[in-house]
Amino acid sequence: MINLTIDGKNYKGEKGENLLQVGLNNGFDIPHLCYHENLSPYGGCRLCLIEVTRGERTTLTTSCTYPGEEGLQVKTSTPQVLKARRLMMEIILALAPSSSHIQSLAGKMGVERTPFNYQKEGEGCIKCGLCVRACEELVGAGVLTFSHKGPQRKVEPPFGEEPKNCIGCGTCVYVCPAGCLTMEDTPQERKIDRWKRRMEMKTCQKCHQPYMPTPQIEYILKGPPDPPPEKWLSCCPICRRKG
Amino acid sequence: MKRLTSITDLEKLQKDLALRRKGENLLVTLCQGTGCKAYESHKIYEAFEKELNARNLREKVSLRSTGCHGFCEQGPLAVIFTGEICYCRVKAEDIPEIVEKTLIKGETVERLLFQDPEGGKRYAREEDIPFYRHQERLLLGQNRLLDPRSIKDYIAQGGYQALGKVLAEMTPSEVVEEVKKSNLRGRGGAGFPTGIKWETTRQAPGEEKYVVVNADEGDPGAYMDRSLLEGNPHLVLEGLIIGAYAMGAKKGFIFLRQEYPLALENLRLALKEARDYGLLGENILGTSFSFEAVTKRGAGAFVTGESSALVAAIQGRVGEPGPKHINTALQGIGGKPTALNNVETWANIPRILERGASWYASLGNRENTGTKIFSLVGKVNNTGLIEVPLGTTLKTIIFDIGGGIKGGKKFKAVQTGGPSGGCLPEKYLDLPVDFDRLRELGSMMGSGGMIVMDEDSCMVDVARYFMQFLKEESCGKCISCREGINMMYDILEGIALGKGREEELELLEELAWATHKASLCGLGKTAANPVTSTLKYFRQEYLAHLKEKRCPAGVCKALISYTLDQEKCNGCGRCQKLCPVKALEGERGSPPHLNHPLCIKCGICFEACPFKAIYVQ
Ligand SMILES: Cc1cc2nc3c(=O)[nH]c(=O)nc-3n(C[C@H](O)[C@H](O)[C@H](O)COP(=O)(O)O)c2cc1C
Ligand code: FES
Repeated sequence: MINLTIDGKNYKGEKGENLLQVGLNNGFDIPHLCYHENLSPYGGCRLCLIEVTRGERTTLTTSCTYPGEEGLQVKTSTPQVLKARRLMMEIILALAPSSSHIQSLAGKMGVERTPFNYQKEGEGCIKCGLCVRACEELVGAGVLTFSHKGPQRKVEPPFGEEPKNCIGCGTCVYVCPAGCLTMEDTPQERKIDRWKRRMEMKTCQKCHQPYMPTPQIEYILKGPPDPPPEKWLSCCPICRRKG
Repeated sequence: MKRLTSITDLEKLQKDLALRRKGENLLVTLCQGTGCKAYESHKIYEAFEKELNARNLREKVSLRSTGCHGFCEQGPLAVIFTGEICYCRVKAEDIPEIVEKTLIKGETVERLLFQDPEGGKRYAREEDIPFYRHQERLLLGQNRLLDPRSIKDYIAQGGYQALGKVLAEMTPSEVVEEVKKSNLRGRGGAGFPTGIKWETTRQAPGEEKYVVVNADEGDPGAYMDRSLLEGNPHLVLEGLIIGAYAMGAKKGFIFLRQEYPLALENLRLALKEARDYGLLGENILGTSFSFEAVTKRGAGAFVTGESSALVAAIQGRVGEPGPKHINTALQGIGGKPTALNNVETWANIPRILERGASWYASLGNRENTGTKIFSLVGKVNNTGLIEVPLGTTLKTIIFDIGGGIKGGKKFKAVQTGGPSGGCLPEKYLDLPVDFDRLRELGSMMGSGGMIVMDEDSCMVDVARYFMQFLKEESCGKCISCREGINMMYDILEGIALGKGREEELELLEELAWATHKASLCGLGKTAANPVTSTLKYFRQEYLAHLKEKRCPAGVCKALISYTLDQEKCNGCGRCQKLCPVKALEGERGSPPHLNHPLCIKCGICFEACPFKAIYVQ
């Protein structure tokens, strides 16, 4: 356990635990977009900025990438923190104007509109990399990467080709805060257009509705840790529950 | 060559070689640096050889290929010792005359001497040429004397004596103390005190430590590190070996930019020769100190030069900057303490230990000691690589060394520090150039780029140009850097196209602030300098673009138009012939009519008109 101060009050945290998590655990409303507690911190969206004083030095830094340490003094809402966060949000809003998640986060921060005009077709992606990390760290498929630098930076499967190892689980779609990833199911197939991925759907043996892409079933059956019996996967969760 | 097994061995060899070289009364050194090579300087070498052989003089005259002398614009350069006569823009045809007159009769070939573009005075001795006279070439000075591919040349000039002295007389912590006392600051851009970095690495726990040479030089137009590595690789290597001794490192990496094949070749040879001579490897000079160094090549991204990105790249990971709370000096390669310094920083080390920290600290000013190499380019008469004590004024650099502005035009601004440096106006010409002064004024030392601009440069266009470079070089991880620079670029582009709105200046300022404040690494933290400095010092020029839709310097194409002065034109038809879109209409023999809607403002007619009848509005 370590002791640190946040906005003048004393708190405890785990050594090495990132300051965003420490703040969130203690009820501080620090905005964040590229952070997820089950994924490694990345520090791309720059929304979670805070001021940290360590010894003599004070720096403006992202809280999600800063490990907790005994004696740190943290400030979460100084004028420069708030100004920098507002500008970041205005930029993000210009990149992903139609994401409801981002709109509501912006609203909470008091940012109603953006003065910036983003002329290029950014397709709404803010390049926060949550999908990349989720696919790698949670799913274990690791089919997404960043390519190019500068404004051309892009998330895509390697070489921009259809990712054959994608199991179609949809975790990327689920974690995307910008709403730029979509997944569409038809009775025959599941489509994730952005990755140019199409997969055959397995239909439930009982209700005959499509419920899971075949590659995902194969992936689960391969394990680890303990693959469920094949029969268990032959019908959809609803029918399974019905018995 | 037999391995040197003691410090006395080295001293003996040095005396021997120096004595032998004293006997060389006729020596010709030929610059084979990057600049001179582009002018086919290798042909000069061949021509000299041929001529000397023909006259049976090959035995009497020593001929030496050297690294860059710095005065690249005047290349190929040949310096004849003794007398130090410097010949400029030498061609193969000139060689017989040089041999005949200078080497045989001791006369000078007037027409090959440097001639001052203003005033026309000629100078024979290299050190009298204004370009060299105002310099202090502590590091670059040896470049013109030695063959970078010969360790003997380096030793003859006193090379590796500093290492010998360190191993014989000093403990590692004394070396660190000496570097601290010298007040040397890192030449890679940030100016961090080298001694303090070394102390951190030295005192860090653990046996395994590393030293790294950052030779990823990526600034467009910068070639100081390249010239040191190509022209005097042993100097950098000696510095590295001394550093390894001081910090207890057993292994070193020299991380070299992809585009520097000659530097790589010379370095590899230097490493091999140093190993053969017992100056690198096991039991250096017969002592218990062992150290090995290898080269690594970069993948060519600008941001890889940033320290944490470089450490990642050395370990085979993507060269992207990492979190800043991790100090490379404590946790670098493989999480082990790693002292990472710039090429020029390492090159200073032998000098400091040869002549002592107090002597070194007497160069420059209190907080900024020693010399710095700059690449002086742009609209000055003399361009090239220069080296001056820190604290030398901009005026001395631009007007005394650089010879003033080309074509008698007016000085407008100087951009220091590479692509993310700021542009300083005329009122700061008396500014002593050092790390702190430049930073105070919104610019920086960077790696030492210096671009001089005259009245024909548009500062909006300059800012736009650097944002264009930097947005492509941002790794793209931080939104503040990637989109901040991109959006600044878009706004500047709009202003240059005459589509800007006055409120956008405020947005530019906010974006500049955010890019600086919210980004992780030095690239984002400094990227806005060209914008903030031009907004601060040249705001009127922005306003002219915005309010009057006018580019005062006549650069932004959308805001200028060409006009033909019927009085001055004599109808020679030259412009009509050259115009790529046939916008100059009419019969030959009488002044043409300029069809404005057709004109693409390429400026070819403007440049070509012998009567200056076409001008910019
Ligand atoms: C974008 C960026 C590029 C850099 N490129 C270089 C480089 O090419 N060479 C270099 O020595 N330092 C470069 N640096 C500075 C390094 O991060 C580091 O400060 C330096 O190498 C440390 O050595 P020094 O203390 O001797 O200056 C760069 C920094 C940034 C932010
Ligand atoms: S949540 Fe910390 S930078 Fe995105």
